This record gives sequence, C-alpha cells and structure tokens, in this order.
Amino acid sequence: MTGSLAGPSIWSRMMSGQTGPVCVVLIALFALWYVGAIFMNAPTQIDKYTRADQTWTTSQLIEDTLAQERPILPAPHQVAEEMYKTIFATKITSKRSLVYHSWVTLSSTLLGFGIGTILGIVLAVGIVHVMTLEKSLMPWVISSQTIPILAIAPMIIVVLGAIGIKGVVPKAVISTYLCFFPVTISMVKGLRSPQVIQLDLMRTYNASKWQTFWQLRLPSAMPYLFASLKVAIAISLVGAIVGELPTGAQAGLGARLLAGSYYGQTIQIWSALLTAAFVAAMMVVIVGWLERRVLARMGVKP
Amino acid sequence: MTLKEVVNNVASMPASKDAVVDIKNLSLTFQTADGPVYALSDVDLTINEGDFVSFIGPSGCGKTTLLRVIADLERATGGDISINGVSPEQARENRAYGYVFQAPALLPWRSIERNVTLPLEIMEISKEERIKRAHDALKLVELNGFEKKFPWQLSGGMQQRASIARALSFDADLLLMDEPFGALDEIVRDHLNEQLLKLWARTNKTVAFVTHSIPEAVYLSTKIVVMSPRPGRIIDVIETDFPRDRSLDIRETPEFLEIAHRVREGLRAGHSNDE
Repeated sequence: MTGSLAGPSIWSRMMSGQTGPVCVVLIALFALWYVGAIFMNAPTQIDKYTRADQTWTTSQLIEDTLAQERPILPAPHQVAEEMYKTIFATKITSKRSLVYHSWVTLSSTLLGFGIGTILGIVLAVGIVHVMTLEKSLMPWVISSQTIPILAIAPMIIVVLGAIGIKGVVPKAVISTYLCFFPVTISMVKGLRSPQVIQLDLMRTYNASKWQTFWQLRLPSAMPYLFASLKVAIAISLVGAIVGELPTGAQAGLGARLLAGSYYGQTIQIWSALLTAAFVAAMMVVIVGWLERRVLARMGVKP
Repeated sequence: MTLKEVVNNVASMPASKDAVVDIKNLSLTFQTADGPVYALSDVDLTINEGDFVSFIGPSGCGKTTLLRVIADLERATGGDISINGVSPEQARENRAYGYVFQAPALLPWRSIERNVTLPLEIMEISKEERIKRAHDALKLVELNGFEKKFPWQLSGGMQQRASIARALSFDADLLLMDEPFGALDEIVRDHLNEQLLKLWARTNKTVAFVTHSIPEAVYLSTKIVVMSPRPGRIIDVIETDFPRDRSLDIRETPEFLEIAHRVREGLRAGHSNDE
C-alpha cells in the first residue's frame, strides 16, 4: 500500500483516536435502524396497499415505510425531525416542548441525586465508623435494592400524595431511593481504602477519628465517590422517569413516554427516549468533568 | 511524706534520669488461629537520651514489633515499658516521638510541604508556624525547593527523606525508624545514612532504628541490639564508641570490622537454634 509508505494514512490516523471508532459504530447503528424500520413497518404498509387495491414497487415500499405516521419503528430522520420540532421550534414554556418536559424531569432528578448523594455518604460514614451500624444497616441497604422500583414507585407517590406532598418531591424520593445505593457501597469501600501504614501514621500523631476522617479517609475515597456518582446520576434520571409514570403525570419525559404509548405515537416515544438518553449522557459528562477538576486539584498524576 | 512514700517514689523512678525508653522483662504474644505466636519474650533494654540504637536481626525476630510497642502501635502482653517515664500510650498522646515507616506513606493529594505540615495541622499549630517549621524540616533533609511538588514527582529516596522531614517537623526528641532505607539502593542508602548521622549530631535526638543491614547498624549506632527469632528476644547489646561526627570511611577501620564481626556472630548464634 502506498499510503503506509507515505506515513500513516487518513484512515489509520482517524482510527487511532476516539472519533473514528465512535463514528463507525454510529453509522452501523443507523444502518441497522433503517433496515429494521423498513422490515418492521413493511407488513402494515403492504396491508395498506392491498386494501387500497394499489400496485407498488420495492422502492415505493421502502419510501413509504420510512414515512408512516404511526410506524412500529420510526426511522431516525422522523425522530430527528420530531425532536427538532419539539426542542427548537416550540416555545420552551409550551406543554409540547421537550425542553419543558426535560426540565421537569431534570429538576426532580437533580433534587433526588443531591439528597441521595448526601444520604449515601452519611450512611457510609456511619457504617465505616460504627460497628453496630455496619451490622444493622448494611443488610437493609442491600435488600432495599432487591425490591423492583416499578413496584414501589406508585406506592411512594400515593403515600406521599395522601399526606399532601406532591409535585417534584415524590419523584425525587424515588430517585434518592435508587441513587443512594451505589454511593453508599463505593464510599464504604473508599473510606476503608487508606493503607494500614497511613492509619498507623495518623495514630502516631494521636489524631482524632474526625481528623483521620478529614485528612485521610475522605480524600482517599474521592475516586470511589466520583465513580459512583456517574452511576448515581444516570439511575437518578431513571428514577425520576419511573416516578412520572404511575401518576399519569401531566409533565416530564416519563409523561411524554406514557402519553405516546397511550395514543400509539411511536415517534413521540422515541424522541422522548432519545432526549432522556441525551440528558443522562450530558449529566455523566458533567460529573466526569467535575471529577477531573477535583482530582487534578488534588495533585493526582495526570 | 512518710519514709515509705519516699522509698516508693524512688523505686518508681526511671532506672536512670536520662533513660528515654526503659523496658523490663517485656513480652508480647499474638493469639492466632494456629496457636500463640511469641513475638517478643523477656526483653530488657534501656535507651538513653542522645543514643542511636539499632535493632538488627532476621525477619520475624520482633525488631519491628518492639519498635511498634514503643510507639504504642502494639500493646505488650507482659512486663513493663516506659517512655520518658510514662506509658507508651501517654507518650503517644504527648506526641513524644516521630515515626518513620518502611514506606514513605506520603499522602498523594498533598504537596511535599503540606505532607510535612500534616502532623502540625493535626496538632493545631498556626499556619504561619506550620510553614516555617516545614521549611526548616525540609532543609534538614536537603529537600528545600521541592515544597510545591507532589509525591509522585519525587524519587523513592526523596520521598523517604520527605517522610523523615515530616517526622522531624514537630520536633519530638525521640525518632523511631522502621527500616526507612530498606527499599532503596546501596548508593542512595549510603548517602541517606550520612545525612541521618549529620542530622542526629546536629539535633541531639534519640533514635531507635530498625535494620537488617549489618554495616548500616554498625555505622550509625552508639548501641546495637542484636535480636533472634522464635521467640523474639535480645541476644546481644553492643556499645560502640565512634565519634558522633563519623564519616563513611570508618567502615574500613579494624574497630568497625570487629564490631561487625561480633554482630554477625550474634546473628549466627541466634539462627543456629532453628536448624
């Protein structure tokens, strides 16, 4: 190959980074999606032709399967068009705007994430420092996650609603319920990560438990904390969406999903779904950025 | 004060008024699943002010354990031990000693300066004073100029020097060192030994130093404690009288070789019980 003699070819240069491989996977996914859409939607389209006594060609069939109003699997460009319409072309105060619905979901996600993170850290601190708490709390922390969230979410909404707590808080409670868990587990491990020699060192200084916590245990736990926060923020969003389903909620990405499935609006479902995925990805990216900033300030070897 | 009380007071006084560490009939037994392990048995030792005492012996002879008992990181199961006339626990609470571990154990998220000021922060000393003392301590180990570096930016030998500076920063009179140069190569080790001696001569601290190197022990010490395993015990205590400001050249003198020979003989005698 002449390209390899003249130095790395464009292809190998592109593939050596991250962009190239990601693009290839993305293209493959879109191709698969289109093929899927054609095959999934073809039977109903052919049905339609037959009833209308219409003759059809393959190219016409393909074109029509990708432009149905309520397809079984909408094509990527249909979803993109819907997303553009509901994100950019609609006023964000409108009930039809995905920005509005995203914000509704995001607000309970962030509230739940905040409470869940604090709760998770507090539980971990207790478990690490108090022997009794480890014995009594740890089994409950673990068994809390064996209950399906779909089963417990409606009860939380109903119970909290009965005592007059409505709106963003019940959804945030469900997010909290999901996201404290990874934080607790990681922080227990992180707070216990200092080496024996480092703990001995603190002992020779006659450091108090509190000083050992601030100077040694907490900084040692930071990498563990951020790893768990990335998981926590993503499942916190899942919690908020699940929390929007049982109420037949009027607003939020979960409500859009539910309304879409009521009326067979598959395009609406898919655009809500992709928006949710995008929001989750953005939040994970933000946590990752924060992680790099904090660890860099802590002098971690780049 | 009755006569009896006076007698009691005299009896409870340390053996010598200069004794920094006074150990009598000390033993330590670990209870393990495989039965008791006699880590230390019948240890008698006095370390006087200004002494440089080396503990030497094969692994498992209890030299590190003995140092950890002095530091109150382990508790003896029998006998008596006093540090500056009080129990090891009180001595630790008084921050009577600085401890240097086998590994530097620097906190990776703190700069060298802030690693050195860590004990001072815990002792709630003012920030101004902390920085001044860190500066002085780093100068003693010739690490001035590296204050803002992080541990990973320093070599192994420099990291261990930083950890010595940290142990010096709060100016305890007693320095406990557990094989501090064990992981370093011969050349770095020689250099650090020289620096350590200079530091000792200058500060008049009392040093207890664990090692498994005979030349290192003989070169550094005023008193060499030879230990033997199973059970961990002292089999010989050798006093040396090299001048305080000795140089590496003394390692070629007949006196040095004679003492090294005696240490080696002691170690061999301790070992012969095994075979």
